Amino acid sequence: MPSSITVREVFNAILQGISLHIDPGEAVAFVGRSGAGKTTTLRLINGLVKPARGEVLIDDVPLARTDLVALRRRTGYIIQGSGLFPHRTVYDNVATVPRLLGWSEDRIRAAASEVMTRIAMPLEKFGARYPRSLSGGEQQRVGIARAIVANPSILLCDEPFGALDPIVRRELQETFRALRSDATIVFVTHDLAEAMRVADRVVLFEDGAIVSDSTSLEFPRLQIPLVQQFVAAASLPA
Amino acid sequence: MIGEILRITAEHVLIVAIAVGVAVVLGIPLGIYCTRNPRAGRVALRVIDTIQTIPSLALFGFLIPVPFIGGIGMRTAIVALILYSLLPIVRNTFVGIRGVDPVVRDAGVALGLTSRQLLFDVELPLAMPSIVAGIRIATVIGIGVATIAAAVGGGGLGTFIFRGVAMVDTRLILAGALPAAALALIADVVLSVVERRMIKG
Repeated sequence: MPSSITVREVFNAILQGISLHIDPGEAVAFVGRSGAGKTTTLRLINGLVKPARGEVLIDDVPLARTDLVALRRRTGYIIQGSGLFPHRTVYDNVATVPRLLGWSEDRIRAAASEVMTRIAMPLEKFGARYPRSLSGGEQQRVGIARAIVANPSILLCDEPFGALDPIVRRELQETFRALRSDATIVFVTHDLAEAMRVADRVVLFEDGAIVSDSTSLEFPRLQIPLVQQFVAAASLPA
Repeated sequence: MIGEILRITAEHVLIVAIAVGVAVVLGIPLGIYCTRNPRAGRVALRVIDTIQTIPSLALFGFLIPVPFIGGIGMRTAIVALILYSLLPIVRNTFVGIRGVDPVVRDAGVALGLTSRQLLFDVELPLAMPSIVAGIRIATVIGIGVATIAAAVGGGGLGTFIFRGVAMVDTRLILAGALPAAALALIADVVLSVVERRMIKG
């Protein structure tokens, strides 16, 4: 079941009053320059960053009254550099959240096998490998598999494909699109073309505030100077 | 004579093993504590750093008059060795955990590991090569320093060396010096192998 996300008047050292509502099942991209507040806002959602003022609600329940550990176990998190556990095999990495949730080993193996097939890295071939023996693109795929294996209700992605070469990047964007299950997705990127490829809605951040919030299709036509700068930089058809 | 050498060598090993064992039990939690409380951690590291700079014979000298732990004998030797062994173990635990890739730690938290699970399932396993290196350094230093413990009646292979020096008997000196050197080399090699085994993937 996808969750709704509400951010209400949040201030902290970086954010200058962020308000945002995301419906269950939406796929939203946060774009903006480095330091604009997009990653900080993303990290509000799973409680890695706490608001100094304001509140965050998941399914209308304030985070302050939520068991954060339980919330994180049903929230997928994909980051740049994958963050795979280097001392665990691919299988053990993918099995992390199911094990935390206390699934039976049979159920874990079935789910891992299915998700590894979906990222085109069959478990029989890759399960026993260690992350160090994989390419950057493969590590990132395993990172995606680890994040979605337990069917999260929210999927948070922080520049997941940022460090990869353009071809692998494009491949992973396609993989990601195909995988978009029924989770609510928040995707941080500084690449507008990527944002428009993976999300239905684009939110532009600048100096800790939201500059625009529109559908991906409307975004390039918004008559806002910063939007036009981004569109020009991404050389998209306006 | 061979029997005597074996007995004293075993005694030497025992002194070092007890001291390093206690230092491991105290040092690893202390190292973990230092990563959780950076300010207190800096003070703790400073203090054991300072202990480390005290020359070993002087440290034995300081400990002798201390009630309960001091005096002439093996106990003083063991206490001094524990103090020496602490630094590499605490420091390497601290450095090992601090050296864990922040992205990996972040991922662990975001996946829903509790702080205890993060410590035992991610941070400590990844810090293990560094911690074992600390234990290796502590052991090698301990084997060396323990030879000096004979000066305060601590027993061990130093007994032969000091007696040999007093009697101008080279064979007696070597009966202490050779096993001590061999022990240090063996410990270094064995623990280096363990250390490498700890690096997975």
